[in-house]
Amino acid sequence: MLSTSSQTGALAPTPGLAQAVPRSRPAVEIQGMSKWYGAFQVLHDIDLSVQPGERIVLCGPSGSGKSTLIRCINRLEIAEQGRILVEGCDLSKVTTQAVKVRREIGMVFQHFNLFPHMSVLDNCSLAPTSVHGLSRKAAEERARHYLAKVGIENQADKYPSQLSGGQQQRVAIARALCMQPRIMLFDEPTSALDPEMVSEVLDVLVKLADSGMTMLCVTHEMGFARQVAQRVLFLDGGRIVEDSPPETFFNAPKSPRAQAFLTQILH
Amino acid sequence: MSATELLQLFFDPELFERYGARMLDGLLVTAKLVAISFSLGLLLGLLLALGRLSRNSMLRGATGAYIYFFRGSPLLAQLFMLYYGLGSFRELWQDLGLWWFFRDAWYCSLLAFTLNTAAYQAEILRGSLQAVARGQHEAAAALGLSRRTTFFKVILPQSMLLAVGPLGNELILMVKASAIASLVTIYDLMGITKLAFSRTFDFQLYLWAALLYLLIVEVIRRLLRRIEMRLGRHLDT
Repeated sequence: MLSTSSQTGALAPTPGLAQAVPRSRPAVEIQGMSKWYGAFQVLHDIDLSVQPGERIVLCGPSGSGKSTLIRCINRLEIAEQGRILVEGCDLSKVTTQAVKVRREIGMVFQHFNLFPHMSVLDNCSLAPTSVHGLSRKAAEERARHYLAKVGIENQADKYPSQLSGGQQQRVAIARALCMQPRIMLFDEPTSALDPEMVSEVLDVLVKLADSGMTMLCVTHEMGFARQVAQRVLFLDGGRIVEDSPPETFFNAPKSPRAQAFLTQILH
Repeated sequence: MSATELLQLFFDPELFERYGARMLDGLLVTAKLVAISFSLGLLLGLLLALGRLSRNSMLRGATGAYIYFFRGSPLLAQLFMLYYGLGSFRELWQDLGLWWFFRDAWYCSLLAFTLNTAAYQAEILRGSLQAVARGQHEAAAALGLSRRTTFFKVILPQSMLLAVGPLGNELILMVKASAIASLVTIYDLMGITKLAFSRTFDFQLYLWAALLYLLIVEVIRRLLRRIEMRLGRHLDT
């Protein structure tokens, strides 16, 4: 089950609101970014500006470059061309400031990528102790806080392999939140899950969206996109083909490629 | 042939009284030789493995050449080269103040075994480090972990689970290969056995030696199983 309709009502983007709110410094600003894998160009001249608190869903056919795009934002992939500014700081230059700013970005992967040899609690407290310099006690307190937020505080002492896929992904979300990031990236967070576990993870994402987190999420969950996103980006062939509010995207997609994609994915 | 005579053939109490304690001493020398060189080899091997995986092509080439040489030539030849070869430059070592090292068969054996096993262990460690899933590196990077923390807290512990089996194999091979040290005057288990045999011409001494080697290997085997269970405790659900 997704969240209640009253929540959705509060979350639904009010038309014209984006213009009314004074535009602050964007959380993420991408300018003319291109990326190649060998001779193959995956991203073509991407421009994107993400406002603080904005919730963006990226979708598109496989190979369209959506994962690569968000992986470039925290430098898991290096874009050969263009600029990426996070909180106004240029990430393409490796400065101490850039390293710090990168810690403001949390990421959740399709395959969770939890550390299998550590307990859930240790998974969550490793980065706060070693990066933020928290004491073990403080880090574990923080870990328990976020584990409670994703509803699995009672699994803290288990190993990842002892949890279901949905629980593992919620641990991964808690682990990222423990670094108290300002921006969260999700790379197909529900694609590796059994169908009955998708909703428990989506519920956590909805709650996170309600808290005002800046989110970029690659997903094929169109119900989630409709409910949570303020903007839907549709990528095809390494280009952002469509960038519109969900109602426009779902009801009246402009490009024929997006129309074809939607008829296939929505049946 | 009576039963006592038959027993006499494999276990002569008189012989045991004369050489039993000395063979146990030899066993300890073997254990010490293997334990020290294997441990030092593990440290050197880890450094070599990191060199093999380095982004620096010079370092990659140099460590690659080292491993190629020490895996590709016989341990016996390496030991002789160290003890008889390098040991013949007496003046040079005296000038350098290293003669105490190169004139001593014990140190030369330790060095030869360390250098040799390091090459094998380096390849085991390199393989196991590379076998850790790429997503683990990505998760660590996304959390902002330093390269040091990533290596020691995330990658190395996982790779050790993969490495412990092959490393144990290498340890067992080392135990048996250590008998070579007896050729440069070391009285390890094999050295003592050879000495005792040369005086008595009683083959049962070699049988005892074989059983003692077997004993070490069995102890190692059991120890390994424990370590493997401990390292893999997160895997039993």
